[in-house]
Amino acid sequence: MSLLPINPDLIDLATIYAQLSLLAFGGGNSILPEMQRQIVDVHHWMTAREFVSLYAIAQAAPGPNMLVATLIGWQVAGLSGALVATFAISWPSSLLTIAVSSVWFRFREARWRRLVQTGIVPVTVGLVMAGAALLTQTTASSWGLLGLTLVATIVFLRTKLHPLIVLAIATALGASGLLS
Amino acid sequence: MLEKSPPPLRELFMGFLSVGMFGFGGVLPWTRRMIVEQRQWLSPVEFNDMLALCQFLPGPNVINLSGALGYRWYGWAGAITCFTGLMFAPMVIIIGLGMLYARIGGHPSVQHAFAGLSAAASAMVIATALKIAAPLLKRPFALVMVAVTFVAVAVLRLPMLYVVLACAPLSILLLARMEK
Repeated sequence: MSLLPINPDLIDLATIYAQLSLLAFGGGNSILPEMQRQIVDVHHWMTAREFVSLYAIAQAAPGPNMLVATLIGWQVAGLSGALVATFAISWPSSLLTIAVSSVWFRFREARWRRLVQTGIVPVTVGLVMAGAALLTQTTASSWGLLGLTLVATIVFLRTKLHPLIVLAIATALGASGLLS
Repeated sequence: MLEKSPPPLRELFMGFLSVGMFGFGGVLPWTRRMIVEQRQWLSPVEFNDMLALCQFLPGPNVINLSGALGYRWYGWAGAITCFTGLMFAPMVIIIGLGMLYARIGGHPSVQHAFAGLSAAASAMVIATALKIAAPLLKRPFALVMVAVTFVAVAVLRLPMLYVVLACAPLSILLLARMEK
């Protein structure tokens, strides 16, 4: 047990996720690379493979996709870690939203608002692509698994099959051991 | 404009609880259905307006929306009620899944299953990236910004804060220039 009254990991979790909350332009997927960098490379709380597994669990579970923060917080520092990470990812941006919502009607038609919103899209796309590349780098540990990722990508893009069904089939294929 | 009387706090909690419990594969469609169609708290136009604000600002969109909607009717009590309703069930479920993973995750056949699930989770992010990238194909400068952001984050592994502070204003300025 540490002599500090507060587990230092909790402070790190709060700092990391509060920053990610305010950087998450275009929703949750844009902060995936930075989350992995902080959790795996900077703080060494888990391996890239463990990080990806937790991310996959969060995708398969109900609720906002930001719940990966809850799961990582739980893994790092138990229940208090889960709560700290969840609040830190949620409240900085929510407070900002509440603060801006009262004046939103004044500039929702403004040209600069549209410029900012459209202008930031390429950055968001670059971030999500980076997240996709980093995830795939870890998950494509065999030709079979790389093939599964490619086929599943096509299924997600070309069919209206529910994502959960695709995840379930992929889990079963993985469990068969034929792909690894 | 005539304001409808706000729904009771208990109903706000129950509404967001249902979204959190059943919102598989992204909560936005479920949130919209609950707020606009089932409970008719907001008209489609009001909902889109509020969503536009949450998408304009950083952070998890639906979490921001729950906070802003609750605050609008009941101040802080409303914001906390909606947030708790939305997050309670998914947090319990995801921590349960995390505990299960911690217990059986080391088993070889479970690891194989996770390899399959994770490969499909990668595919989900790749598909998302390609979907949001498609509208940019007609804008060469936007594609350059996508590439710059991707290389900075995925290849150079630079901290996201610096990448966003550098790339976002540049991307917005480029767009403003092009439109003149």
